[in-house]
Amino acid sequence: MKQTLYNWDEMMQSETTETVEAIEPSQSVETPEPLEPIEHSDPILKTQDYFINMGPQHPSTHGVLRLVLTLDGEIIKNVEPHIGYIHRSIEKMCESDSYRQIVHLTDRMDYLSCHINNEAVCLAVENALELEIPDRVVVIRTIIDELTRLASHQLWWGVMGMDLGAITSFLYGFRDREMITDIFEETCGARLTMNYNVPGGLMFDIHPNFQRKVKEFVQYFKKKLPEYDDLLSGNVIFLERTKGIGVLTKEDVISYGVSGPTARASGFACDVRKRHPYNAYDRVQFKEIVMTEGDTYARYRVRILEMWESLSIIEQLIDNIPEGEYCAKTKAVIKLPVGEFYQRVETARGDLGVYIVSDGKKSPYRMKFRSPGFSNLSALNHCAKGCKIADLVAIMSTFDLVLPDIDR
Amino acid sequence: MQDFSLLTRAIHDNLSSHLSPTLTQVTEMVIVAVCFLTFFALTGMIMVYVERKVCALFQQRLGPMRVGPWGLAQSFADFIKLLFKEPLMTRQADSFIFNLAPFIIIISSFMAIAVIPFAKGLQALDFDIGIFYVTAVSSIGVVSILLAGWSSSNKYSLIGAIRSGAQVLSYEISIGLSLLTIVMLSGTLQFSTIIQSQANGWWIFKGHLPVIFAFIIYVIAGTAETNRGPFDIAEAESELTAGFHTEYSGIKFSFFFLAEYINMFIISAIAATVFLGGWMPFHMGSWDAFNGIMDFIPPLAWFVLKVGGIMFLMMWFRWTFPRLRIDQLLTLEWKYLMPLSILNVVFTAFIVVSGWHF
Amino acid sequence: MSEVGEYIRDVVTGVKSLLKGMKVTGHYISHPSEIVTQQYPENRETLQMFDRFRGEVVLLHDENNEHKCTGCSACEIACPNGTIRIVSNQIVNEAGKKQKIIDTFVYNLAMCTFCNLCIKACPTDAIVMAQNFEHATFERTELVKILNRPGSKIMEGVEEKSTD
Repeated sequence: MKQTLYNWDEMMQSETTETVEAIEPSQSVETPEPLEPIEHSDPILKTQDYFINMGPQHPSTHGVLRLVLTLDGEIIKNVEPHIGYIHRSIEKMCESDSYRQIVHLTDRMDYLSCHINNEAVCLAVENALELEIPDRVVVIRTIIDELTRLASHQLWWGVMGMDLGAITSFLYGFRDREMITDIFEETCGARLTMNYNVPGGLMFDIHPNFQRKVKEFVQYFKKKLPEYDDLLSGNVIFLERTKGIGVLTKEDVISYGVSGPTARASGFACDVRKRHPYNAYDRVQFKEIVMTEGDTYARYRVRILEMWESLSIIEQLIDNIPEGEYCAKTKAVIKLPVGEFYQRVETARGDLGVYIVSDGKKSPYRMKFRSPGFSNLSALNHCAKGCKIADLVAIMSTFDLVLPDIDR
Repeated sequence: MQDFSLLTRAIHDNLSSHLSPTLTQVTEMVIVAVCFLTFFALTGMIMVYVERKVCALFQQRLGPMRVGPWGLAQSFADFIKLLFKEPLMTRQADSFIFNLAPFIIIISSFMAIAVIPFAKGLQALDFDIGIFYVTAVSSIGVVSILLAGWSSSNKYSLIGAIRSGAQVLSYEISIGLSLLTIVMLSGTLQFSTIIQSQANGWWIFKGHLPVIFAFIIYVIAGTAETNRGPFDIAEAESELTAGFHTEYSGIKFSFFFLAEYINMFIISAIAATVFLGGWMPFHMGSWDAFNGIMDFIPPLAWFVLKVGGIMFLMMWFRWTFPRLRIDQLLTLEWKYLMPLSILNVVFTAFIVVSGWHF
Repeated sequence: MSEVGEYIRDVVTGVKSLLKGMKVTGHYISHPSEIVTQQYPENRETLQMFDRFRGEVVLLHDENNEHKCTGCSACEIACPNGTIRIVSNQIVNEAGKKQKIIDTFVYNLAMCTFCNLCIKACPTDAIVMAQNFEHATFERTELVKILNRPGSKIMEGVEEKSTD
C-alpha cells in the first residue's frame, strides 16, 4: 500500500526555499457590495431580501453550524453555510502526536461513528507498516463498525423526527441506541468516544458478554425497526414533508463530492465497503442500498434500509469470530516509512479519507482527513434553493451533518 | 342532579339584601373574576403537569418526578421560577406593544371562558349568542400573536407571527362551519339550550354522520387554532426556535404559555359542550339502572371527563405526528377541511329540513 | 369520477397511516412497565458500572500503602494531552543501589480524555481506570489530583523494566 506520488526530498526542499508573499491589508479586507433591492414594477412595493441567521445556536443545525439564509417570505433564495465554530485543528495536533495518540483524536471528529474514524487511522498505519492483522481483530472491528453505524443511524432517525416536529421519535431512537452504547461500554470502556482501536489491533479483547448481548440486541432491534416505519416512514404528513423535496441528481452528487447514504439516495453507488473492501466486508453478504429519487425521502429510506443491512452483517459475523490474538505485535514507538498513505473507510455519513504524509519520524509530517460531512454540506445550497424554511430543516436532517466532523 | 343555580341564587339574594343593586352587581363581578383568575392559574398548572406526564408516558419516560411526590408540585415550582425571572426586552423592540401583547392573549381567553357551562347553573354568562360570541372572542388571540411577533424586532418572531396569522384565520372558518351544524340541529346559539337539547342523547350520537364529521373537523381545526400539535408552525421549535415568543421571558412568557393551555381547554370545553352533551351524563336508551348510576356522577365530573378526553386526544396528536409545513397546513384547510365542512353543512340542512334527526 | 375516487383513497390511506402512528404511541402509554427511565441519584446504590468503564485514573495501593509505580514515566509519554506528570527522586536503597522512586504522581482530571493509553503503556500495571464517574467539583484546582497516597512506597520486587 506504500504509495509515492512525488519525490519527497524535492518537496521538502522546495518548501523551505519558497517565500510567502505578504498580503496587502487592502486586499484581504474586501467590503462586500451592498445588496441591491429587487426591482419591482410598483415603486410603492419595494421589497428587500430577508436575511436570517440560522445558528450557530439553533435547535436544528445539529451543532454550531451557522446558515445565513436569504429569504423571500418563506422561500429560501440562498443558503450560505458558515463553519469553523468548533474547529480544533485536529489535523495540526496530529502532527505533534504519535500514531497511537492520533487515534484518540479522531474520536472527536465524527463522534457518532468514532470507531470507524479510529479504524481509518489504524488501517492507514497498519497498511503503511505492512502489518499482519489477526483475523479475530478484523471480524470484531467489522461488527463494531456496523454497531456504530446502527447507533449513528438510530440517533439520526430520532433527530430527523424531532426536526420535523415529532419529538417522540427522538426518544425512541435514543432508547434503542442506549442498548448499543451499553454494549460498547462493556467491551470498549466508553459509550461515545471509545478509542477501542490501536494500530495493530484492538485495545482489549471483547468482553465475554459481547456476543450474547449483540445477539440480544439484534433480536430486539428487529422488532423495533418496523416501529420506526409505523411512526414516521408511513405517516402521511411525513411523506408530504419529504417526498420530492431537496432533490439532488446523480450529476450534482458527483460534482459536489457528496458521499455516503446521501449520495446513494441519488443513484451514485459509492459504498466504500463494496467498492474498496476493507476489514471483513469482502466476505459478508450485504446489499448496497441505492435509490434513484434523490429527494429527502430517498435519503431517509436509504438509511432505514441500511440499518437492516447492518443487522444482517452483524448476524453473519457474530457467531464466526475466529480465535486468536486481539492485537498484532507492534513496536513501542511506531514509525511509518517515508511516503504518503491514504485509507478510505465508509463511516455512517460517507467516505472518510485519511491521508498521512510521513517523513519517517514518530509523528506524521502532515495529516489530512477528507471528512464526508464537509463535502455533503457543500451541496446544501444547491439542494435547498427554492424550498421553504421547514424543508431546509428536513434536508439538513437527511444530510446528517455532524459539525465536529466538518470543522475538525 | 346538582344545580349550581341554587347556590348562585342564594349568594345573589344574600348580597342584594345587604347592598344596593349596583353594588351587588359589582361585588358579584369581582367574585366571578377572582374565581376565574384562580381557575385560570390552577387549570394552567394542572394541564402543564398532565401534559408533561402524558408526553413522558408516550415516550417511555417518567416525566417530572422530583418536586413533590410524583413531581406533583413541578408546575408550581416552574411558576415561581417564571415569576422571578427577569423580563428581558430587545433594545429595538416596540416596548408598548411588546408589553401589551401578552395581556391581549390572556384577555381573549379570559373572555371566552366566561360562557363555558361547567355544570348546571355554573356559567358566568349565558348569552343567547354564546357560540357566536366564543368564536368571535377567541380569535382576538391571534392579534396578540401578531403584535408580539411584530414588536419583538426579531426575524424569527415575525415569521412565526405571520405564519400564525395565516393559520388561525384559515382554521376559524372550519371551526365556525362545524359548530354551525349543531346550531342548525339544535336551533339555538345559546349554550344552555344546546345542552338541554342533548338531554335525550348527545348530538354526536343522534346527529348521524354529519355531526361525527363536524366533530372530527372541529378537533382538527381546534388543534390548529391553539397552535398545537402537528400544527405548531407558529412556534416551530426546530425551525423558528420559539416563533413569536422567542424574545419573551419570565412572567410575560408564562402568559403566552398559560394562554396556550387555556385555549386548549376552551376548545375542548366547547367541543364537549356542543358535541358531547356538556355536563349531561351518558344515558343509554331505556337502561334505567345504568342511567341511574350515570346520573349519580356529578355534572361537573362529567364535564371534566369529557374535556379531559378531548384534551388527551389533542396531546396524543401532538406527541405522535410530525409538523406540517405552512403551505400544507393551508392546503389541508382550504382544499380538504373547508369544502368538507361546507358539504357537511348542506347535508345537515337537508337532514334538519327533512326532520330525520332524533 | 376517478379523480374523486383518488381523492377519497388519498384521505383514507392518509388517515390510516396517522392511526398507525397513534397505535405505536398508544401502545407505550398503555404499557407503563416498558418505561426505560433510570432515576439516577436515587439508584446510586444499585447502579453498577461495567468493569472496563473508564472513569478516572487511579494508582493502586495495597493494604500496606504500597504501590507498583516505578516512576518510569511511560504513562506520561503515552498521554496525548499532558494529563499526567510524574516527579521522581533518585535514592540509594538498602542494597546500596540507586533507585528511582516517585515523589508525586500528578493527574489532571480536567485534561484527561479517558483514552486508556496510559494504562496500556504502564509496564508494571500500577495504574488502572476506576469506575467512579462523579467528578464534578466547585473548583478546578480540585481536579488536579495527586495519585500516590502520603507515605506510600513502592512494592517490594517491582522493578523498572525496559519498556521499549
